[in-house]
Amino acid sequence: MDIDLPEYPFPQPTALEPPPEWAELRSGCPVAEVRLASGDPALLLTRYSDVRQVLSDPRFNRLLNAEDAARITANESGGVFGAEQAEKTPTGEAHQRWRRLVGRYFTAKRMAAMQPRIQAMAERLLDEMVAGGAPADLVSSYGFPLPVWVICDLLGVPDSDRAKFAYWSDHMLSLTRYQQDEINAAEQEFGRYIWAHVDAKRADPGDDLISELIAVADAEDGQLSQMELVGTAQGLLIAGHETTANMIGKMTAMLLADRSRWEQLVAEPALVRTAVEEALRFDANPGFGLPRYITEEIEVGGTKLPPGTTVITSMAAANRDETAFESAGDMDLRRAPNPHLSFGAGPHSCIGQALARTELQTALTVLLDRLPGLALDVSPEELPRREGLIIGGLERLMVRW
Amino acid sequence: MIRVSVDRERCCGAGQCVLLAPDVFDQGEEDGIVVLLEPEPAEPLHGIVREAEAVCPTGAITTS
Ligand code: HEM
Ligand code: SF4
Repeated sequence: MDIDLPEYPFPQPTALEPPPEWAELRSGCPVAEVRLASGDPALLLTRYSDVRQVLSDPRFNRLLNAEDAARITANESGGVFGAEQAEKTPTGEAHQRWRRLVGRYFTAKRMAAMQPRIQAMAERLLDEMVAGGAPADLVSSYGFPLPVWVICDLLGVPDSDRAKFAYWSDHMLSLTRYQQDEINAAEQEFGRYIWAHVDAKRADPGDDLISELIAVADAEDGQLSQMELVGTAQGLLIAGHETTANMIGKMTAMLLADRSRWEQLVAEPALVRTAVEEALRFDANPGFGLPRYITEEIEVGGTKLPPGTTVITSMAAANRDETAFESAGDMDLRRAPNPHLSFGAGPHSCIGQALARTELQTALTVLLDRLPGLALDVSPEELPRREGLIIGGLERLMVRW
Repeated sequence: MIRVSVDRERCCGAGQCVLLAPDVFDQGEEDGIVVLLEPEPAEPLHGIVREAEAVCPTGAITTS
């Protein structure tokens, strides 16, 4: 094996610009050998059609705990993609059963019904940010707290525990930033908290997701065990917090980096829906991508991949594929349809996407409404990236208004 | 005229279609899986239904 393989993830020129490797590989080497942080090799896919094909095909599974699968991160548990997580992740029929049980709660209608509460939370956070005076950091005062509040609301967790949730979430997503013992401690504390929370909801149900799942589980005789309930709550926090939080910051930064975009939205707020989709597509700093593993030979992009291969699908590279999107390199706030892959595709595609869309649209609408004069307080090239996490984002987003 | 069909086996309940065209698509109370309300939507809805077809993450919607 070549020891000079390019290291993945690729370094980014700035927080809002994609690594040049994406375009090079899309045109020259759509199935590219790369080396991961663990030192293990994997194959990177960057074309729209290949990424979509792999994510839609269940033979590309998520069992990265297999003996010969590539390890994603330097530390042993590997965060969300590690072996431990793989053991907790249901696949095949068990996954479909879980998905349908939990999916009943995540319908678009139900998420729309949460919208007024999300809006009230967003308004409260902005009020506090404005009261603190300009400049302010939009990431820590708006982007991060909002999705945690929403997940706490979803799970029926009291407001007073929101700060603890944010802390655990940050640790459990670690790529290289925290030590293994810190990550383990956070996982354990969070696990204990959720276990007790599920018990509390069993004794005293509310109208939250956990209470509803308990009711279904009990009515249909143990459809979801205590372990599965705890795993579901944990999974929702891990999958729904940092992703949405970072996206609020990145979306706002992208729109402000070229002020004509922001002004277009101030003048025409009806564009918020398509603007959010375009921000999701255009995100140049999405993090790792999705790893998959195969146990049989499958052909992708004209290459036969042998059994035991680990592939990494780069949705963000695929989202800029000129063969799938006209003027893919331009941010077009009116783009529709916009079949970007930022929520994945196929049977595992993001179950929280209706909620994420509601949160992003609401967060943006409230910002436009309250602070139409919003502007970056630093130049876009100087925006600091969050380092060392699987989900990409901005460390800070200093703004004035 | 367009005819819409949905494949409930493929659908993963992501709800994109309902967010876009609530008059045409709904999701089942029991499982969050797509329910087709209007197989022959009126003309003004054609654009948004085609958009739903294009963005459905599992390719569960087809129009003809
Ligand atoms: C902008 C925000 C978000 C982004 C970009 C995002 C992205 C993704 C992606 C790419 C996947 C696919 C993973 C895979 O195929 O292996 C996924 C799955 C998932 N997401 Fe999201 N997500 C977001 C918000 C949320 C929210 C708000 C929630 C819930 C509160 C959530 C819950 C989940 C869950 C539970 C899964 C696993 C689904 C399964 O295995 O069937 N996500 N997300
Ligand atoms: S968009 Fe597709 S996957 Fe999502 S609910 Fe509608 S039909 Fe199902």
